[in-house]
Amino acid sequence: MKRDEIRETLIACLSDVAPEIAEEEVEDDVDIRDELDLDSMDILRWVQGIHKALGVEIPEEDYGKMTSLGDAIDYVAGRI
Amino acid sequence: MTTRIEKRAAAVDGPPNLVDYEQARASFSWEASRHELDGLPDGGLNIAYEAVDRHVRSGHGSQTAVIWRGKAGARKEITYADLERLTNQLANVLASLGVEAGERVYSLAGRIPELYVCALGALKHRAIFCPLFSAFGPEPIAERLQLGEAKVLFTTERLYRRRVAQIRDRVPTLEHVIILPDPKPKAPKGTIDWNDAMGNASAEYRIAPTDPEMPALLHFTSGTTGTPKGALHVHEAVLTHYVTGKLALDLRPGDIYWCTADPGWVTGTSYGITAPLVNRVTMVVDEAEFDPQRWYGILEEERVQVWYTAPTAIRMLMRSGPELPRSRDLSNLRFMASVGEPLNPQAVVWGYEVFGKPFHDNWWQTETGGIMISNYASMDVKPGSMGKPMPGITAAIVREGDDGRLHAVDDPKKDGELALRPDWPSLFRGYWNNQDRYDACFRDGWYLTGDLARRDEEGYYWFVGRADDVIKSAGHLIGPFEVESVIMRHPAVAEVGVIGKPDPVAGTIIKAFVSLQPGRQWSAELQKELLGFGRKNLGTAAPREIDFTESLPKTRSGKIMRRLLKARELGLPEGDTSTLEGGSS
Repeated sequence: MKRDEIRETLIACLSDVAPEIAEEEVEDDVDIRDELDLDSMDILRWVQGIHKALGVEIPEEDYGKMTSLGDAIDYVAGRI
Repeated sequence: MTTRIEKRAAAVDGPPNLVDYEQARASFSWEASRHELDGLPDGGLNIAYEAVDRHVRSGHGSQTAVIWRGKAGARKEITYADLERLTNQLANVLASLGVEAGERVYSLAGRIPELYVCALGALKHRAIFCPLFSAFGPEPIAERLQLGEAKVLFTTERLYRRRVAQIRDRVPTLEHVIILPDPKPKAPKGTIDWNDAMGNASAEYRIAPTDPEMPALLHFTSGTTGTPKGALHVHEAVLTHYVTGKLALDLRPGDIYWCTADPGWVTGTSYGITAPLVNRVTMVVDEAEFDPQRWYGILEEERVQVWYTAPTAIRMLMRSGPELPRSRDLSNLRFMASVGEPLNPQAVVWGYEVFGKPFHDNWWQTETGGIMISNYASMDVKPGSMGKPMPGITAAIVREGDDGRLHAVDDPKKDGELALRPDWPSLFRGYWNNQDRYDACFRDGWYLTGDLARRDEEGYYWFVGRADDVIKSAGHLIGPFEVESVIMRHPAVAEVGVIGKPDPVAGTIIKAFVSLQPGRQWSAELQKELLGFGRKNLGTAAPREIDFTESLPKTRSGKIMRRLLKARELGLPEGDTSTLEGGSS
């Protein structure tokens, strides 16, 4: 899977949790919790969505490695 | 499942502050405890003086008051002497802005050091401090600023730009907005830069005489109907904060203590600012959101001794497994407590298995200002029970009798409403500008909590449910009406009903049912649009699920029957529907 495709899937999963982000440009290097006002429950649901879409298991202790969209793409790319 | 965790004398850590529950209860008096506080040199009682200045005067100025852990890895220590100086400066800033005693000073910020300076500085100046949760959307923020007639707001550049600028003209009383230095120091037009304000302020400030009955803190909470209610607390509340910190949380001077709550909620103020400081502990403040690795890291690295957290966080830690905590040296942990919603027995037992000590659940609410019912270090824990009333607190389970008056229920099998004798220092003194709603909380000599509970034969209290429709989501109280009012503003929505839906992690999530305006069709796109609309306007109080319904069940008087919506959602019996319109066919 290409990086761009992963990016697209992650954003789609994110917009299932936080539909209002459709109006915003999500940059790869910002803290998504801050910029998109996500809380830990949102992150949990996002990760569950990613698991469903791509089959990637993300243990809870690794959530901290997915601070920005770029980090999350790197993480998922390494596990597909 | 373990039904009782027995306590033996803990020789390693020394005796707890409360050695014997019955004895402590019998010998306790608020008046005697008052002598453990100092009082102001010029007379009266001021929360900030008891929390900060008196420790500097008694030679503890160099003790660390706050260990701050920044999101991006920074670590900062603030001593009691630093805190005295900074809060003096802040009080002088308020004086220079013309803020008078009793005027409302608000904060809207994450857990940054300046937030704590604002709270204590405002209390020194005898203004009323009102913290707002930084994850609120613009609507809850606007409503709370209006209701409390805010004069000053401390916030960050980012929050101002995203949440406040657009609603500022709806709050005509708001004269000054001060921009905290996080992370960008640049103050937008119409605001004051923190560094400019503080840089010019003297570090000397003499606290004016403070009547213990002077208002100090305003905390907004939610009811079933109507606007949020601003519960008002007075400076004397510090006595409850002191006593409960000492007896319920077993705080001892010099302890390292971590309360994970945000000061935007009452726990984060009573037990995240005042109770720890008045007990002269060193408190840890973590700016970041929940993260298991990070949390265990903080417990280990900061050598936390007393830890006060919430059921949602504990359940998330359980999900992340026992290996993480077992790989850390958590031997400094002496006491763990939980509040926000009832802690399920599994979580209490999990704590016992993983940390070698149980989580001690306790119960209180915004209106009570401090812990009322608690599990104690020296008392056996019955997992699932909130414990027993604090020394100085008289609690009962009450029901209305045939004579129309409230009577205490002694039958351990019967539940009823949890009620308290209204005679402790941190009891709220009013809802802001709403005497009727305040008066409605008291009846026949009791303060009625709105919680249903029962008391077992040993005197332990057990939570049964809420007497009203308010929703506890991730430990935060949310009023369905406030959520419904915002969702109603979406042009596609005709009617909306909001309920709490059980969730394994958050305890409860907010779910909305909507019916649509004629000509509008339900679709996945509209569903997403509504979810986004809610999140943008309500922030953390937004529904996580929204479903369509042809029509909402209503009483003949037109009130939406939230209970019935909930029964349908959960597949429960719907009960008597004879008073319904648009009923349950």
